[in-house]
Amino acid sequence: MSLMTEITIFVLAAFVGFEVISKVPTTLHTPLMSQTNAIHGIVMLGGLIVVGYANDPLEYVIGTIAIAFGAINIVGGFMVTDRMLGMFSKKPKPKAEADGKGGGGK
Amino acid sequence: MIAEAVLKPGGDAATALYIVAFSLFILGVKRGTHPTTAKQGNLVAAFGMAVAVVTTLLLDGIGNWGLIALGLGIGTAVGVIASVRVKMTEMPQMVALYNGVGGGAVALIAWSEIRHGISLGETIPLDTLIPVLFAAVVGSVSFWGSNIAFAKLQDLIPTRPLAVPGQQVINVVLLIGILVACTDIAINNDDPSQAIFIAVLLAAGLLGNLVVLPIGGADMPVVISLLNAFTGLSAAAAGFALDNVALIVAGTLVGSSGTILTMEMATAMNRSVANVLFAGFGGAPAGGAGGSTEERPHVSIGAQDAAIKLAYADSVVIVPGYGLAVAQAQHAIKEVGDELEKRGVTVNYAIHPVAGRMPGHMNVLLAEADVPYEQLKEMEEINPEMPRTDVAVVVGANDVTNPAAKNDPDSPIAGMPIIEVDQAQQVIVIKRSLSPGFAGIDNDLFYEANTSMLFDDAKKAAADIAAEIQNL
Repeated sequence: MSLMTEITIFVLAAFVGFEVISKVPTTLHTPLMSQTNAIHGIVMLGGLIVVGYANDPLEYVIGTIAIAFGAINIVGGFMVTDRMLGMFSKKPKPKAEADGKGGGGK
Repeated sequence: MIAEAVLKPGGDAATALYIVAFSLFILGVKRGTHPTTAKQGNLVAAFGMAVAVVTTLLLDGIGNWGLIALGLGIGTAVGVIASVRVKMTEMPQMVALYNGVGGGAVALIAWSEIRHGISLGETIPLDTLIPVLFAAVVGSVSFWGSNIAFAKLQDLIPTRPLAVPGQQVINVVLLIGILVACTDIAINNDDPSQAIFIAVLLAAGLLGNLVVLPIGGADMPVVISLLNAFTGLSAAAAGFALDNVALIVAGTLVGSSGTILTMEMATAMNRSVANVLFAGFGGAPAGGAGGSTEERPHVSIGAQDAAIKLAYADSVVIVPGYGLAVAQAQHAIKEVGDELEKRGVTVNYAIHPVAGRMPGHMNVLLAEADVPYEQLKEMEEINPEMPRTDVAVVVGANDVTNPAAKNDPDSPIAGMPIIEVDQAQQVIVIKRSLSPGFAGIDNDLFYEANTSMLFDDAKKAAADIAAEIQNL
């Protein structure tokens, strides 16, 4: 890929990013951050690639740590985001409603 | 057959799969714009990540499978344990840590790239070398900066602004040194010095430490967002270096997100990002504020009085702050809200954009306590309602409710948008003492005629109030 193609992709991605992310409501900003952290874990691909052509002990160590860091980002990020969003998508308390109606009936 | 399954790096098949992956990231984030679809969006993004990882594993030239398995195994284990165990009140430090490891991964990859380039003994083209240097510097700054942010949020080091004398000068010298060293590496791209590169990594790490150390707790929402933007940009730079389109798009997406959040947080404090980073709020003026220990008259009440005020109100607005997170009072507060609703009181929660230690921190805590999404009101939404509110309850928030921001042009927080609780008919402030907030300034709200202070731990106070309301 030529440098100019890459810059084109970068600039367009920046516009898409601003467009999409500015629509995320403040309520969801913490999950947004942990989700983007997870997406950032994509750097693990770089770790996978460089460990492939590593050929001395130091490079083995560097590459392995980079993969581990990336995997923490990916696995931890998506899982904790899922946990948080589960709290947001809970049913808006059918219990309270039942209480109110039940109380009236009795 | 297996040989045919191997993808050529930079080949059409691999690139097509990467395009699928980043499209799924964008779709995933797009679904994150509403609470009901966000969970699904997260799964879409995670699936995109799986596509990207599998594609890479199928690339020709991927090897050292033992190391890959080891790295994946360690990372997955740590990630799973951390994400299951973390408390919602600890999300800011969790995110800081994730920022850190992300930046660290980028810096290590950049180092590996440089070593690889040197070992080939050929000239490293500048369109590879410059992104590598950028990734190394920004990655290292985010790694060390995030670790300091984590340590501060975890109370491992004092959250007060810590400043070294001549800090600004040291930072500028470090930055110039990094630029000079990078230029040297770029000029000698036929045979760059690895020693200089390592020096760049270390200097950038030191800079990351020094920039974050002087920043106090309440400015953390800005810092965490900024570090988030940095790690994103460093990933995009790594994408330029490795000619990987998935990295470029994903990194840019994260960079945009971090940038937007940084700007929103700074706006919510009426300060520029540069001011947050370099002015060390509460550093210099703290001494002056500490001296103003003059007694000002205030009204102090107990849980029972507070319960009576609340129970006989028509509308109540609860304003949570970092103190709520520290005291883990979200469930107790929800209980107060429930008791009030049973009595027909309208209850809403007013959330200042910088309440807590990261963007959206309070929303997550209240969601954990099952507060319905519709009751969480943003500042702009709730302020016009304030004059019609009978009782505003401030729980562990301070500066974001200080009327001095509107009334006193000389106040350090002058112009900062606040939740206008002083406009409510009555105000109850639950706080441990009259001590000033992070900005080091007295809160005029505490001394207003319609304000009552309830001095206690937020969780205990809320539990007591809920019990008293039940007894009424």
